[in-house]
Amino acid sequence: MSTMAKLLPTGTPRPSAFLVRFVIMAATLLLVAPWLLSDFRLSLLAKFLCFAIIAVGIGLAYGQGGMLVLGQGLFFGIGGYAMGMHLKIVDAGEGQLPDILTYSGKYDSLPALWKPFSSAWFAIPMAILLPMAIAALLGAAIFRQRIRGPYFAILSQALAAAFVVVLVGNNALTGGTNGLTNFQSFFGLSVTSPSDQRTLYFIVVVVLLIVFLLTRELVLGRYGRVLIATRDDEDRVRFLGYDPARVKLFAYVMAAGMAGLAGALFVPVVGIISPALLGIVPSIEMVIWVALGGRTVLAWAAAGAVIVNWAKTSVSEQFPSGWLYLQGLLFVVVILYLPKGIAGAVEHIRAYIGRLPPTGGLRILMSSGDRPPKQAAKPNPTEEAA
Amino acid sequence: MICRILGPRAGRRCLAAVGVVLAVAVAGCGSDDSSTSASTSPDSGDTIAVGVLHSLSSFMAISEVSVKDAELLAIDEINAAGGVLGKQLKPVVEDGQSDWPTFAEKAQKLISEDKVAVTFGGWTSASRKAMLPVFERNKALLYYPVQYEGLEASPYIFYTGATTNQQIIPGLEFLKEELKVKTLFLVGSDYVFPRTANKEIKAWAKANDMKIVGEEYSPLGNTEYATTINKVKKANPDAVFQTINGDSNVAFWKQFSNAGLDAKKLPVISVSTAEDEVRGVGIKNIVGQYVAWNYYQTTPGERNAKFVKAYKAKYGSDRVTDDPIEAGYVAVHLWAKAVEKAGTTDVEKVKQASKGLTYDAPEGKVTVDGSNQHIYKTARIGKLRPDGLIDTVSESDEPIKPDPFLKTYDWAEGL
Repeated sequence: MSTMAKLLPTGTPRPSAFLVRFVIMAATLLLVAPWLLSDFRLSLLAKFLCFAIIAVGIGLAYGQGGMLVLGQGLFFGIGGYAMGMHLKIVDAGEGQLPDILTYSGKYDSLPALWKPFSSAWFAIPMAILLPMAIAALLGAAIFRQRIRGPYFAILSQALAAAFVVVLVGNNALTGGTNGLTNFQSFFGLSVTSPSDQRTLYFIVVVVLLIVFLLTRELVLGRYGRVLIATRDDEDRVRFLGYDPARVKLFAYVMAAGMAGLAGALFVPVVGIISPALLGIVPSIEMVIWVALGGRTVLAWAAAGAVIVNWAKTSVSEQFPSGWLYLQGLLFVVVILYLPKGIAGAVEHIRAYIGRLPPTGGLRILMSSGDRPPKQAAKPNPTEEAA
Repeated sequence: MICRILGPRAGRRCLAAVGVVLAVAVAGCGSDDSSTSASTSPDSGDTIAVGVLHSLSSFMAISEVSVKDAELLAIDEINAAGGVLGKQLKPVVEDGQSDWPTFAEKAQKLISEDKVAVTFGGWTSASRKAMLPVFERNKALLYYPVQYEGLEASPYIFYTGATTNQQIIPGLEFLKEELKVKTLFLVGSDYVFPRTANKEIKAWAKANDMKIVGEEYSPLGNTEYATTINKVKKANPDAVFQTINGDSNVAFWKQFSNAGLDAKKLPVISVSTAEDEVRGVGIKNIVGQYVAWNYYQTTPGERNAKFVKAYKAKYGSDRVTDDPIEAGYVAVHLWAKAVEKAGTTDVEKVKQASKGLTYDAPEGKVTVDGSNQHIYKTARIGKLRPDGLIDTVSESDEPIKPDPFLKTYDWAEGL
């Protein structure tokens, strides 16, 4: 703790500001939301918070690391299918085949691919480690070759697309386009009971908060500085003696692990995982959440996931079939006028208010706390173009 | 203290995030209040809320929008005639977005937020499979209005479309008896319905000396069929059995015709192209080809004439009716009839009242089979005529008893 304190520049305001905000956010999610929301809305929020976990990962890889990760659906899907298959096998019971494996009539016993997933001790770590391993292999190859920008984006996207083709093509093994659905239980919790759904919600919130805190620490620490430097000028970092490939790889692998974790939580919360959730379009949408929230600010990246999905749900409830038009409009507006997302807009407003003479509560609200480091808030113009 | 470990920066950003989460939560609960206060139980008040859940956007919209329209027409008719139990029906329309998890989410929303007494919805089997656990765990009712692959009988779903033995098997028998087909090629969309249907077709073919010379699947929403059609040409079958869904039909039929194929050279029988899809396909690409359904716009009878007239009057004279449209329309009337009989919208009582219930539908008299909640249907093989409508060229003598698990067929053992 003391070493941390030494690292702080002199004159930094009391570091409690973040704590206060964090506690408010945690309290909102843990106390206010469950109290205010109906079971249905709460389970929707749980789903959005699963997406927020993906968004934190994208915030790290894309926002801080500048890697346009357009294929996170792949990792989300692996996590989801690992967990989903485990739940299906457990639901089916000892020696019985899950229903999705019986449709094709091909299998009399559990196929070798799914056998290990009958154990939770294998399935849950795999939901996170498998995406990380794949990202590590892929990333090592890509970053060593100094592939970046759109080439990296296209590559990552192609993998998500390929994954969907594999899932759909092997429908006897994976449930095909249907995906996995009709889960009954989740480690003793009944996924169908409202009270257990609430428990699941709390699990998701806690996981999200932990993931957020750890990622934030990573970003604010020494590694985060190097990552941002790599994003802004890879060559300069290389000349300084760092290995940019390794720096980027770490962020990419972490983001993949978070997407896998989100997938594993998504399955019991939502009760379905299907290729429709992890193809090219959903993968792009994931980046859009982050871009809309504000990619350079982790909390806003996560908030973006919640905001976009909440908007999607409520708009399509009010105007069925209207969401697509609004989504298109929203993204055009963001790209044209809010390149830094909502976070950027808030910063503008705050700067505007900051110029006004101090008046009462609002001024006090704005004056506490600290400025984010300059380089984090201002992305490199060349990276912007890519 | 924790804050020191965490580091001092980025505070403001978090405050902002808190604000957003709060705003979201408050907004979420705001919309919540309005919907929960508006309706408490389906029977209370002067109206009964009913859910209508179809894909109104993306690749299934071509087929599902018309079914939604038919269901709304039936609701209008019932309301005009005084409603159900003296109460008006209030439809709550939701968009499934051609996305299965969305179907599940919207189904849950209709049940727990809108408190609907029943939901009419779905088209693809994937969407039904996604909704099934939602309806089962809430003990709520779904009426599913489209033919499907069978092998299912959920206690909370009524199936008003055909199951295999009312559509696919009659279609195969027609190919064998009337067209003397010896070799067959299977083309379908890559999801549960075509895969399962083809599994059944293969078992049937084995028992009936028909040879399956090829099997091709394309992703849902696919628009590139050149390769598939080349493979079909190469295999040179006597006929093609087609189970392509949604707007892929447009691409398939256009490219089929562009490849120089037509009904004379290579007959195709489809179980998922109906009058409504033909509007998008273009009749010249499909004229003379065969389809297997239980209802066509041309199906004779007073009742159908009335239905077609009402549908066109409401939605325009250029619109057509077809099998799933009719099945959606029938679903609403069947449910209303069951509710009147039961005297309540209580799910278990409605199910009980539905057993053996008959209704004078546009396709003819239909009866609900109490054991599996499917309905008796007349199988009709149709041929596309130059004006885009379909003539019945062969039909079963009487409505066929639904047999979703094909228990009465020896060849189907072990499916």
